[in-house]
Amino acid sequence: MIQVARKVKNFGAFYQRALGFHHDSVRDEPAPYPGVKTEFTKEMRFILPEEVPTIPIYRVLNSQGKVINPDHDPGFEKEDLVEMYKVMVKTSIMDRILYQSQRQGRISFYMTNFGEEATQIGSARALKFKDVVFPQYREAGVFLWRGYTPLECMHQCFGTSKDFGKGKQMPVHYTGAKVNIQAVSSPLGTQIPQAAGYAYALKQRDRDACAVCYFGEGAASEGDCHSAMNMAATLDCPIMFFCRNNGYAISTATKDQYRGDGIASRGIGYGIPAIRFDGNDLFAVYNATKAARKLCVEEQRPVVLEAMTYRVGHHSTSDDSTAYRSVDEVKHWDTVDTPINRIRNYLTGRAWWDETQEKEFRSNARGEILRGFKEAENTKLPNPLLIFDEVWDELPVQLQAQKDELIKHCMKYGENYPLQNHEEMK
Amino acid sequence: MLCRKLLGRCALRKGEVTLQNVRTAAHFTYLPQTPNPALGDTTKLNMFQSINNAMDIAMEKDSSAVLFGEDVAFGGVFRCSLGLQDKYGSARVFNTPLTEQGIIGFGIGVAAAGTTAIAEIQFADYIFPGFDQLVNEAAKYRYRSGNEYNCGGLTVRAPWGAVGHGALYHSQSPEAFFAHCPGLKVVIPRGPTQAKGLLLSCIRDQNPCIFFEPKILYRIAAEEVPVTDYTIPLSQAEVLREGSDVTMIGWGTVVHVLLEVAQMAHDELGVSCEVIDLQTIMPYDSETIEKSVKKTGKAMVVHEAPLTQGFGAELAARLQEECFLHLEAPIQRVTGWDTPFPYIYEPFYLPDKWRCFDTVKKLVDYM
Repeated sequence: MIQVARKVKNFGAFYQRALGFHHDSVRDEPAPYPGVKTEFTKEMRFILPEEVPTIPIYRVLNSQGKVINPDHDPGFEKEDLVEMYKVMVKTSIMDRILYQSQRQGRISFYMTNFGEEATQIGSARALKFKDVVFPQYREAGVFLWRGYTPLECMHQCFGTSKDFGKGKQMPVHYTGAKVNIQAVSSPLGTQIPQAAGYAYALKQRDRDACAVCYFGEGAASEGDCHSAMNMAATLDCPIMFFCRNNGYAISTATKDQYRGDGIASRGIGYGIPAIRFDGNDLFAVYNATKAARKLCVEEQRPVVLEAMTYRVGHHSTSDDSTAYRSVDEVKHWDTVDTPINRIRNYLTGRAWWDETQEKEFRSNARGEILRGFKEAENTKLPNPLLIFDEVWDELPVQLQAQKDELIKHCMKYGENYPLQNHEEMK
Repeated sequence: MLCRKLLGRCALRKGEVTLQNVRTAAHFTYLPQTPNPALGDTTKLNMFQSINNAMDIAMEKDSSAVLFGEDVAFGGVFRCSLGLQDKYGSARVFNTPLTEQGIIGFGIGVAAAGTTAIAEIQFADYIFPGFDQLVNEAAKYRYRSGNEYNCGGLTVRAPWGAVGHGALYHSQSPEAFFAHCPGLKVVIPRGPTQAKGLLLSCIRDQNPCIFFEPKILYRIAAEEVPVTDYTIPLSQAEVLREGSDVTMIGWGTVVHVLLEVAQMAHDELGVSCEVIDLQTIMPYDSETIEKSVKKTGKAMVVHEAPLTQGFGAELAARLQEECFLHLEAPIQRVTGWDTPFPYIYEPFYLPDKWRCFDTVKKLVDYM
């Protein structure tokens, strides 16, 4: 069984040595100051980050999909693993179709998940349904794994009357009450402290559940992320801070985003257990998330997870990443080291999957998604008067007056508005 | 019932108007500015190019000036800083980590040290993590130190306003929040020529300025822009079209809606509208608008931001105080509704030409 590496004998001395202090220089007398728990030393020494060892990346599968440590093979049943693989592929097929449809002007905007399929599906698989998810915006695979359908995604992207969010948000801003995922919000990092608060409240009523908060390494620069981690640590919130470190925040590479050892190293600073793993390795993501969840729930404390991955697509359809990164760099991650190929190699290696199944599955999935696309595209947009609903729990009188004004206006000037695309105005 | 009536009036055959051409069509026609001959040679620029040109001039003439924000190094997501890092180096034009409160606080510090700071916030919708830095710090830096210190060299630029498909978080017009904060200046241009002159004024002004750029104009607004280094004074409104019956006040994108409505009112109603671009929201030019309203007796203020507590409320109150005996009809506000900015409903949300036109009718028919 996989053990979480955490108990090192005489850890204090070990860590002090790792920071460069000679063991002999540290006097074994506790320091009396309330701010820290440590000892005195005779050595005057700066901790130089470049001298502190970096956190290695845990992996199970190498880039060819070979298991490098058989003890860590999670031991999935065939059907289970094939299902995970299918959702990864489906996510990427949906991405391709919706990305193309934006290019054709059929939806206004899209964000792909290319390259992060293992990060999403591996982590989602390790959760319980009652674990609430606070997403950023690049977690479509988590939605799909939990039972959101491609059709539901497409209703959202078109903003139709069947969109759970009622056409109020931009494409990819899914809201997932049916799958226990909070609504996507565009501002970055805002979900992180909210997830900590949710976790705190969850703790009062269910000691076997946690909050999972996804965010990118860019969003981790927002003040909200600092507040969230510090509050979760001091208030012992059962939350998993799941950072997708995919190398870029729009054009900003990680070298302009931080100078420390990624995001995992910050966990230590806040007093939060942390792990870094290969986000393109489905097994590593699953193992790490499962172990983190156990720690989080059993000990009722936060955990920081850092999945190392690569954003293969442009930031969004509004971005052209060739302006700031090389085509060859992207090509490597799109063809040589992809999370989908890795797990397919594993599956075919075990004779659990073959070329025929692959072709058949891809063709069926594509068909299903295209049918959904057509259906969503041909679905009416919502009743325009829904603009005024759900701003508050009830419509205030001032807003009722504005609603009446729009009704009156459309009666007079309706021919200038796309009313025919919407459901009846009533 | 209502809708059957509506649909009856405007029944379009399926396919006649697609979702897409409705959704992406701009709700106004951009009217290029005629260049001022006194400013010499011109070159055709769209608005992101004229902003780029203004920053280029500012950085060339002021060797201290620095430009920073998220993704500015490669040119910025709207291409406003394109080529400037190549020209001025990465010490003067640089990416920051993704933190708006950091960017604005950092900018205050840079400016307090006497260095000119041009900070970009990627969207006005994302300025709020920096709200504390702007409202409690930038706005009060001078006042709280008895003028020992100031951060007047700070300019914060941010794309602003509706864009056709931006929804809740890429469409907002938050000028009223900042207009409510003495110590800041808030400026919004209506096109490339104004953007260049007003941005250069903001950068050189000795007060912290917020410069909101109507993002829908970055590419579609193109006109002959003077090549020279020129400024347009802050706190001065501009009368763009003279008229005698109704005063229409706006800023940014809606100015173009108003110019079109003025023409419609002239052609269809025989009504003469005066169109005023406020340009600086705070401290604003009350003299120009009061003079106009005393002449016309009728006024409407138009903005994309929600009605309640929008800057139109301030203008209506001021005009009521100063022009009460000249008014012949209640001052009208045509604005976004009191809701978040909704995605698929944008055509129904904006104060478009039909709502403005109807309001002109209401004003002239008032009795």
